[in-house]
Amino acid sequence: MTDNVIEVRGLLKLYGATRAVDAIDLDIRRGEIFGLLGPNGAGKTTTILMLLGLTEISGGTVDVLGFDPVRQPLQVKRRVGYLPDAVGFYDHLTARENLRYTARLLAIPRRDAEKRISDAMESVQLADVLDHRVSTFSRGMRQRLGIAEIVMKKAEIAILDEPTSGLDPHATFELLEMIRGLKKAGVAVLISSHLLDRVQSVCDRVALFNHGKIALMGSVVELANQVLGAGHPILVEASGIDIAAALRGIEGVQTVVAQGEGGWRVVADRDVRAAVAQRIVSSGGSLTRLADLQPSLEEVYTRYFEEARHAA
Amino acid sequence: MPPKARQREGSPFTGLGPVFMKEFADHLSSARMMVLMLFVIAFGAFPVASSLQQLRTITEQDSYLFLRIFTSAPESLPISFVFALNFIIPVMAIGLGFDAVNSEFNRRTLSRLLSQPIYRDALLLGKFLGGLATLAVVLTALWLIVFGAGLLLLGLPPRGVEVARGACFLLAAIAYGGVWLAASLLFSVIFRSTATSALCALGLWLFFFLLWPMIASAITMGFAPSQIRSAEEYLAVEQLGLVLSRFSPGTLFSEAVVGLLNPETRTFGSMLPAQMRGVIPGAPLPLDQSLLLIWPQMTGLIAGMIVVFAAAYVIFQREEVRA
Repeated sequence: MTDNVIEVRGLLKLYGATRAVDAIDLDIRRGEIFGLLGPNGAGKTTTILMLLGLTEISGGTVDVLGFDPVRQPLQVKRRVGYLPDAVGFYDHLTARENLRYTARLLAIPRRDAEKRISDAMESVQLADVLDHRVSTFSRGMRQRLGIAEIVMKKAEIAILDEPTSGLDPHATFELLEMIRGLKKAGVAVLISSHLLDRVQSVCDRVALFNHGKIALMGSVVELANQVLGAGHPILVEASGIDIAAALRGIEGVQTVVAQGEGGWRVVADRDVRAAVAQRIVSSGGSLTRLADLQPSLEEVYTRYFEEARHAA
Repeated sequence: MPPKARQREGSPFTGLGPVFMKEFADHLSSARMMVLMLFVIAFGAFPVASSLQQLRTITEQDSYLFLRIFTSAPESLPISFVFALNFIIPVMAIGLGFDAVNSEFNRRTLSRLLSQPIYRDALLLGKFLGGLATLAVVLTALWLIVFGAGLLLLGLPPRGVEVARGACFLLAAIAYGGVWLAASLLFSVIFRSTATSALCALGLWLFFFLLWPMIASAITMGFAPSQIRSAEEYLAVEQLGLVLSRFSPGTLFSEAVVGLLNPETRTFGSMLPAQMRGVIPGAPLPLDQSLLLIWPQMTGLIAGMIVVFAAAYVIFQREEVRA
């Protein structure tokens, strides 16, 4: 018994002669947040639609919670919540009426449904607008209503397509918190996005899409090691002495590169921050900044596509 | 390509009930419905009122007086209620259906809706039945109002056979509405823009309403021999004209209505002297004979509705969900 909720093998989608999704393999584990990243048109949404059985599969196999989305789409859709890109609701109905319609489609008994609707709205902090028309909702509120729908559905997998696009930073932060909340409730979450830095903070693992193929897959740190090379980058800002020489003398330091005014980017094979601080202070320099540089997905992404272009 | 033998599981009608209920409720509470009702009242009330005025002055014996409310065209305004219905119903049906599917698409609710455990079959059929039910409610209300007005103003109750003929007429009207509802649904599946879809549906209606009779007669003229020498030739030409004009659902509806509400009707074409043998001119047919007469028209209307709906269904199944 594997703990994968989604297993994809050699999934293929052809639009005429173009391969929108080109024989990808993908496993998503129970209770993790998985990011599908990549530029627009790389095949993320098409992959998602195939997982849900909303578009035909040209080849390969998909297994979602033990069901085949081609043959058993109803079983899959009963267990998977989907928040489409720029989700829409019926504007002339209230939030409650919108969710009630979904509950009826899911054949949730009426008495049960009312409780689940109010609980779900509570969990996305929309309880106070439950009876307001959706036409008065901001974009962030609509996205949260979409999450509420998934919560109400008690989905085992949540698939979110570009959930943060078009949101202001505060709304994005709130939405990401809610996505973490889904994970805490044991839901496997699949997020597709082209906004890397925001998604990086919540994803356990990511897959980088490029031209219908998965270019890279793994945790952010693994990808960084793979693309940027192993190492522990830190940023040092100091003055007063020959910083570069001082830094190079520290054990474990591999490269020292000047970065900006009085700043240095140091890559070492371990965390050398304590040694750096000691060396600079003891040799009479003044240390103004010492920061651990987390490998950023943005960097991985940019570097990867640069290399891919060079290789081509 | 995967083997096509793989069959999907689960009933295609899962979720049909909720979709139907929502569409029905949406239609009944919408502002559009109010506008359509006003439209119906404006175009329906006047012919009925005038024909009632005229019927009150009739003193001679008429066993189907009640049905004349529907068919008589007053002198002041040469439009009978039935004729008014002939264009009220299409406009109403198109008004109910032209944005059924593309508005879901434009509101971006379609992909969310289809990610719930329903098939597209249920969505399309639910929308169609919701519209048809709305149409049925409106037409029945209208029918009851006309009957009620007749009761009040004529002061005599309709006979059972008149009520039965009236009920059949109501069914024909609903079937006629169904054809146009299916057509507007088809356009709402084909076109992403609601305006284009409305325009196309109205254009098709105008084509059948205004242009088709002329085109049909032009074609008939073209095929007719320069000199008609025998009754057979005359009949053949007339038959061609009838067949062509019956491509228009409006013709089918009118013929069905004439057959039902004018019990004297025996045929829609000419009658040969041989067929006239034993006929008492002006004598009404019994209801079952009238039903036999209009059976092809009714079948045609219902078949047309199903064919157009099937076309919408096939196209909708192939459509991509994504924006």
